[in-house]
Amino acid sequence: MAKRNNPDRWSLKEGFGAFAPWSDSYHSMRARNARTGVCFILPFIIGFLVFMLMPLIQSLQFSLNKVTLIPGQGYTLSWNNFYNYQYAFGIDATFTQNLLDESGKMVINTIATLVLSFVVAVILNQDFKGRTLARAIFFLPVILSSGVLAGIEQTSQSFNMLSAVSEEAANASGVNLSASLQSLLSVSGVGSGVFQIVFDMIDAIYDIVMASGIQIIVFLTGLTAISPSLYEAANVEGCTAWEAFWKITFPIMSPLLLVNTIYTIIDFFMKSSNSVMEHINTIQLNAQYGEASAQSWVYFGVALVFIGISSFIISKGVSSSEN
Amino acid sequence: MKTDANVSRNRKSGGYLLKSRLRKGAVSVIRGLLLFGLCFMIIQPILSRIGISLMTESDLYDSTIVLLPRHVTLENYKIVFDLTSFLRKDFPYLDSMLNTLWVSLVVSLLQVVACTLVGYGFARYNFPLKKFWFGCVIAVIIIPPQTISIALYANFNAFDPFGLFTALTGKPLNMLNSTVPYMLMSLTCMGLKDGLYIYMLRTYFQGIPKSLEEAAFVDGCSTMHTFVRIMLPDAVPTIASCFLFSFVWQWTDLFYTRNFFKSINMYSTKLQGMTSQMTRYFSQGTNSSVIVAQAREQQLLNIGVLICIIPLIILYVFTQKTFVQSIAMSGSKE
Repeated sequence: MAKRNNPDRWSLKEGFGAFAPWSDSYHSMRARNARTGVCFILPFIIGFLVFMLMPLIQSLQFSLNKVTLIPGQGYTLSWNNFYNYQYAFGIDATFTQNLLDESGKMVINTIATLVLSFVVAVILNQDFKGRTLARAIFFLPVILSSGVLAGIEQTSQSFNMLSAVSEEAANASGVNLSASLQSLLSVSGVGSGVFQIVFDMIDAIYDIVMASGIQIIVFLTGLTAISPSLYEAANVEGCTAWEAFWKITFPIMSPLLLVNTIYTIIDFFMKSSNSVMEHINTIQLNAQYGEASAQSWVYFGVALVFIGISSFIISKGVSSSEN
Repeated sequence: MKTDANVSRNRKSGGYLLKSRLRKGAVSVIRGLLLFGLCFMIIQPILSRIGISLMTESDLYDSTIVLLPRHVTLENYKIVFDLTSFLRKDFPYLDSMLNTLWVSLVVSLLQVVACTLVGYGFARYNFPLKKFWFGCVIAVIIIPPQTISIALYANFNAFDPFGLFTALTGKPLNMLNSTVPYMLMSLTCMGLKDGLYIYMLRTYFQGIPKSLEEAAFVDGCSTMHTFVRIMLPDAVPTIASCFLFSFVWQWTDLFYTRNFFKSINMYSTKLQGMTSQMTRYFSQGTNSSVIVAQAREQQLLNIGVLICIIPLIILYVFTQKTFVQSIAMSGSKE
């Protein structure tokens, strides 16, 4: 009866037995429950195998071969000695450059998005007049920055909406406040390297707000879950709001911080307005399927590395703050 | 009288009352400013888009006109409707919109049904390899669909799972020009962001006390009955918010739409390709080809975006309570 002690674990034999009518353990309640559970997630299992795992393996194959597509019949593969990866790093002039650019932008954007969405979530969790309205507005970007809209937003911003007339207007109405502040500060001798990053963030604040809808929701979910009695107890013991934030709010929220970091990184990497993504799409339209596969694998690998690094750092930070 | 009382109270507290009142006031002012600024930044582009969309072309080039049009016109909307439904002439105006509507509805319905089942299975049942399969859900969230898009394309170009169609009809099936592949993917939780919905629903179902189902079981309720009669009614807000997310994201989606809905007229692809249609549209009836000015191009594109988001915003205004409620509920249960 040892298995009763740990009901979550399945031994190999028992696991098989639950699905084999001739087995002894087939008729146990536990086995019946297991079968029901598998029935519930069956759509996912089928989908994962057919529409995720198979294409993944195929795309790995593509990235290692020369691919020629025959309409209506399939495709042929021929081995070409890692040519696709050589193409990505050696021959293709823009790929590595774009990759580096986007990675740098991603790091800054992720940090800014996390900070902003956390602050906004903390504010939206407080009690004030018009909270419902403010919440409603902050969730709007979930709608406004998705899919095709994000791409168009990007182009229209780079054209500066109506570039034919806007230059004069921009100078007159002081839209470029941050630029003038920037020149002022750099004249007065403030170090330019770090400040450049800050100014880039300020210039990109619109993009950052538009990209942080989901993150705000996630943080808000976590914040509403914290029981107020914790704060009351801390307050009685003489804890200031600042201390309460770092000792109560932050540790409880840190698992969500990890979730949000990963989500932000993926979201940034998958945006269709991303220059690497665009590049891969163009290559694919040129029927260079092998090359496109190789590049998307490299891209995915880079994303994974970033996710790995950030989850390592955050989980370290979480465990140290808990000790 | 009241001020007197406050002054004496303040004196009694050693100045603490005044300080805390001041601090509270300052916090709420700063909070108000910050929120107003950020909210304004989100709302402003929509408002300026609406303003720009009503301008005539001459208004665009007038540098004294920034937000409000001098000559109000609705002509631009007509042009955009024409541009986004180029293919069909018998029912031209809302063609691509209607297609997008039914596709989004069907797809998000399929997605939500499948994800609810899967999320419930993960939350409530214990089966071999559960951790592994849940890891796969996380993998689905993480793996960008772009990685597999080429393989999917090749797959549906000659759809032949396990040699089934070759055995039946002698040759693989070309499914690129139908909506079936994507419907299949939605039904098997591999559509747009399905991993996220599974995760949300699983978290929700985990929060419902297990004793409910046990009571139902003791009373002789079957598994399916328990699920439909007891679990689903409770989960309606969460399911609804998943449905809304899915609907909205499907509505604006470009990636899957571009790959799988080539044969039908979808709004998002039309919007994306609108700039390239403009020259052709404005050259109709004239012999020379008209070059569309960039400002005009942007204006029409902006109207396209507006037409795309207006139904979504209307939907959002009506369902906003569901969103917030479902968030509050999933929070309190955790």
